[in-house]
Amino acid sequence: MKQIKAEDIVKTVSELCIKSCTTLGDDWWQTLDEAINKEESPLGKDILKQLQENAKLAAATKEALCQDTGVAVVFLELGQDVHITGGNLYEAINAGVRKGYTEGYLRKSVVNDPLIRKNTGDNTPAIIYTDIVPGDKLKITVAPKGAGSENMSALKMLKPADGREGVVQFVLDVVKTAGPNPCPPILVGVGIGGMFEKAALLAKKSLLRPLGQRNELPHIAELELELLEKINNSGIGPQGLGGRITALDVHVESHPTHIATLPVAVNIQCHATRHAEAIL
Amino acid sequence: MIKLTTPLDLDTVKKLKAGDQVRLNGVIYTGRDAAHKRLVEAYEAGEKLPVDLKDQVIYYVGPCPAKPGKVIGAAGPTTSGRMDRYAPLTIAKMGLRGMIGKGLRSQEVIEAIKQHGAVYFLAVGGAGALLSQRIKKAEVVAYEDLGAEAIYRLEVEDFPVVVGIDCHGNDIYQEGIKKYKVG
Ligand code: SF4
Repeated sequence: MKQIKAEDIVKTVSELCIKSCTTLGDDWWQTLDEAINKEESPLGKDILKQLQENAKLAAATKEALCQDTGVAVVFLELGQDVHITGGNLYEAINAGVRKGYTEGYLRKSVVNDPLIRKNTGDNTPAIIYTDIVPGDKLKITVAPKGAGSENMSALKMLKPADGREGVVQFVLDVVKTAGPNPCPPILVGVGIGGMFEKAALLAKKSLLRPLGQRNELPHIAELELELLEKINNSGIGPQGLGGRITALDVHVESHPTHIATLPVAVNIQCHATRHAEAIL
Repeated sequence: MIKLTTPLDLDTVKKLKAGDQVRLNGVIYTGRDAAHKRLVEAYEAGEKLPVDLKDQVIYYVGPCPAKPGKVIGAAGPTTSGRMDRYAPLTIAKMGLRGMIGKGLRSQEVIEAIKQHGAVYFLAVGGAGALLSQRIKKAEVVAYEDLGAEAIYRLEVEDFPVVVGIDCHGNDIYQEGIKKYKVG
């Protein structure tokens, strides 16, 4: 059995919070270059260039890409042969978030209660999802999520008869309603199947996949491309000011479901596709 | 590219058209939901307001904390729609001339913009690090207890914005999307 010290988890999570809020992945840079080439609107092109300039500055100065450094959503893949020592796993994650958001001068955006709404002052608690997997490693992914895009997300319980067409229509409706609010160009995460909460979680997890990478299932990959084309025909464009590039990509994840149901969840992610991972 | 220096008078604003790219210079004030709520409550209670907004521009932003030696942290626009409840009154009664934010505005806000000759500017949502570099000075002038949501007086240099809604009610969101929509 492998031992992992809680203090190492604190340190790793803290570093991942800062890294994810200040730097974007290679996939992002490549996708943005392609988007600038494809964008027909001069204003749209200018906006995409400002976003690249912004990302360059953020990486160079370790300044947050966006002031909404969000809620820290943390995904864990915990090997079943791992033993955490010297502390409690979830407390260690929260201590890491506290440390990262304080030392990184990131904005604290968490309130203690959805109705009382008092800022907790240190961006905790994190939202944590844990999968137990074979092996003796712990993979930690920190994905800060801002409100502008989260607020434009939606879920619907379709009827099986609505089928693929119903899914396409619902995704397009959500993107159109969102318009400029989620800071397009966006990444559209879609979860279909499972149950109510499973679809939402699939949609959220799909945002972690690198931009430009297709689902392994051919019929889902095809659905992704069709959705991307239709979304980019909407004309919404960068920042919603009109243009070709409304979405950088569409990621769909699916799961077996009940004979009588077809849940669809759409989780919108802004251009700041922030996530960082580490393996202990 | 149009260069403007705040405060903005009616004549200046009348010349702006939706879609114009503008660089702002001078003083602007920050304000989000909580600060707007307090301003409007103070106005309704007949109290003296902590800032004179006549001909001024409010930037809807809740910045990241400043690192040591820095003026301000990342400071991009927040979703303006949350201020729609307060904007018509700040325009009509407090003389506010301009707003900077991102996203759609309500019909009431558009009407107030038209009636009083105001303007709604857009800054690039998510370009917080870039925009923070154009802020040269920042000091809290009211509601310090609100932290990131307090009202700050900012001095900006070549702060990049686009005219979103001009004083004639033209809305770039409507026009821009129509132009690039397929089918
Ligand atoms: S939607 Fe994203 S880019 Fe826009 S303000 Fe929120 S976190 Fe920042």
